[in-house]
Amino acid sequence: MADLTSSRRTGILGFLTATRGRERLHWTDWVSYGYLCLGIFLMFGPVVWLVLSSFKDRNELDRFPPRFLPYAQETIEVDGFDEPLLAFRVTEGDLAGELVGQTRRAAGRAEVVVPANPDERIRLTTDQLEPVEGIAFATENYTQLFERFNFLRFFWNSTFITVMATLLMLLVNSMAAFALSKYQFRGRNAVLLLVIGTLMIPQTVVLVPLFLIVTELGMFNSLWGVIIPGAATPTGVFLLRQYMITIPDEILDAARMDKASEWKIFWRIVVPLSAPAIAVLAILAIMWRWNDFLWPLIVLTRTENFTLQLALNSFQGELQTDWPSLLAMTVLTLLPIAAVFMFLQKYIATGIASTGGK
Amino acid sequence: MASIELKDVRKAYGSVEVIKGIDLAIGHGEFCVFVGPSGCGKSTLLRMISGLEPITGGAIEIGGDVVNHIPAADRGLAMVFQSYALYPHMTVRQNLSFGLENINTPKGEIAAKVDEVSKMLKIDMLLDRRPKDLSGGQRQRVAIGRAIAREPRVYLFDEPLSNLDAELRVDMRGEISGLHKRLGNTMIYVTHDQIEAMTMADKIAVLRLGELEQFGRPLDLFNYPRNLFVAGFIGSPKMNFLKGAVSMSDRSLLTLNTGEEVTLPVEGFDHRAGQNVTLGIRPNDLQPAETGPIHLNVAAVEQLGTESYLYGELADGTRLTVHNPGQTRVQAGERVALSYQPHAVHLFDNDSTLSLRSAA
Repeated sequence: MADLTSSRRTGILGFLTATRGRERLHWTDWVSYGYLCLGIFLMFGPVVWLVLSSFKDRNELDRFPPRFLPYAQETIEVDGFDEPLLAFRVTEGDLAGELVGQTRRAAGRAEVVVPANPDERIRLTTDQLEPVEGIAFATENYTQLFERFNFLRFFWNSTFITVMATLLMLLVNSMAAFALSKYQFRGRNAVLLLVIGTLMIPQTVVLVPLFLIVTELGMFNSLWGVIIPGAATPTGVFLLRQYMITIPDEILDAARMDKASEWKIFWRIVVPLSAPAIAVLAILAIMWRWNDFLWPLIVLTRTENFTLQLALNSFQGELQTDWPSLLAMTVLTLLPIAAVFMFLQKYIATGIASTGGK
Repeated sequence: MASIELKDVRKAYGSVEVIKGIDLAIGHGEFCVFVGPSGCGKSTLLRMISGLEPITGGAIEIGGDVVNHIPAADRGLAMVFQSYALYPHMTVRQNLSFGLENINTPKGEIAAKVDEVSKMLKIDMLLDRRPKDLSGGQRQRVAIGRAIAREPRVYLFDEPLSNLDAELRVDMRGEISGLHKRLGNTMIYVTHDQIEAMTMADKIAVLRLGELEQFGRPLDLFNYPRNLFVAGFIGSPKMNFLKGAVSMSDRSLLTLNTGEEVTLPVEGFDHRAGQNVTLGIRPNDLQPAETGPIHLNVAAVEQLGTESYLYGELADGTRLTVHNPGQTRVQAGERVALSYQPHAVHLFDNDSTLSLRSAA
């Protein structure tokens, strides 16, 4: 830290360009900046690639080798043609260097017109033509999500499931954790072991029985069929219990002497004091629910019930994949979770740090 | 009336009995202190009275009604905890009003009560702060204020001063005593500090290992301890104990383990000739003298100006403390003779450790 301040640069820029060497770069500067840049590349590379790709049109996505920025072939308006024509530049022959619009193309031959003389059709081979391209963002990838697909419906389904499941989960888990951490009763440890023991059973094992129960209860193809089975999670119960154990019993006793009912003790004392742990669990629950795929895939079969994750999956057909829509929706699906993370990340750090104890 | 009566109250965790049948009657408006070394069960007993800890035997009566099965909230008690146990997420004002809200007191009344209590305890300028922003003494006041606000019948204090520094403890001691005089309620106060017990109590209950050793007024305990434990526990510095055997021929002669012979009062004690006894003499009842029956090898001298203490050992290794009003010329390493007034001694049976003072 002393070296940091000695460089006498303040603010974000000063922090980001801090070095150990005073005049020249020390070798540790090279190593640490190299390491950090690699980290940034690994972390943000795929995301940036995804975002840029979501703005590419279908032809650009199919292109090999791929290009980093989204390019699209430019078009020119030529008199006498209703539609704009694809723009090419002629590379050889009489017209070398001329900008032309393509009117037809078939089997290695193309028919083009020079904009200045729209009536004369010129025939050229395609290898004499080079497409004129510019950076263009294919925003229609996004707009057609709303026009051709029921994006808002999927978004609402995902949001409803995430919010309801998170609330329900916090309620159930914190009540279970309260009972397991603050009440003495016969079999308490057995119950706790049972709860933690379920962590060891993979979800795929209980998938079929769970499906049968959900179907029997008439929740098949209902959003509640996704919400309710995940309401109690052993991880959440354990996380909250470990935190609640650190709340001194004397505070609860004091509340009892203050004539507070057990219900009131839970809401007025235990829940506010467990807020850091509950915040962590809330964030985790939001992420789990939002990104959940397998269980919704099983329970929800009708398109109007699809979550975003299922809708993304449905873009991937057996023969053909609608990449532009898929990528655009992926970006939109990432945004809410990224926002949640940005606003709540300090709670995650402090919460996780303090769940381990004091 | 909020008198409290314990009848053969017992508590066991599995097969381990921690409270072994305690009978106690605390009158209305009395300040009763439970005192004893750590692990004696005094806090457990208090929690049993409060209702936070269920009892496994006997009966607890508050104001004449058996409350064994009445939950803590409905016993009409208030408790101040050792750790203060303030609600950390609430302001001082919310801490004080929480109990009143729970009994559905109208808002205006709560505000008036919080106002009154906070002024009484001089915490009215702290009302909007949270407990973590308060000093230890201030937290203590808030904890007491929380108890007062609800106007309970009985106040229970569980070592409330043990987390404070020495100076503050003396101040708060005075304040709690003052509070008792002002409110006039029955109070039970648990402490391991016998000075707190002596200075504050109307009645002291000395507990050891889940049993009541003695119950009575502070000076009665000091002057007439029922057994060796109470004699050693009450009074600071501790009473000196010298072991010996009463002479076979003369009940007024005691041969100490050091071989020295000392005189015993015959009146008022029930010792037999030849009995193995422990002689108890308080440090201030021993004086250095030209000639005396006991000889002390002085190991250390503490001169405090207005008083002085001699610490040393007898010939058989028994440790002894002598309290001297004023200053002393005695120096460490000297051997001094000690004399005492025969009527100031205590005498205990070695086997039963009970006092041999005859029942008056």
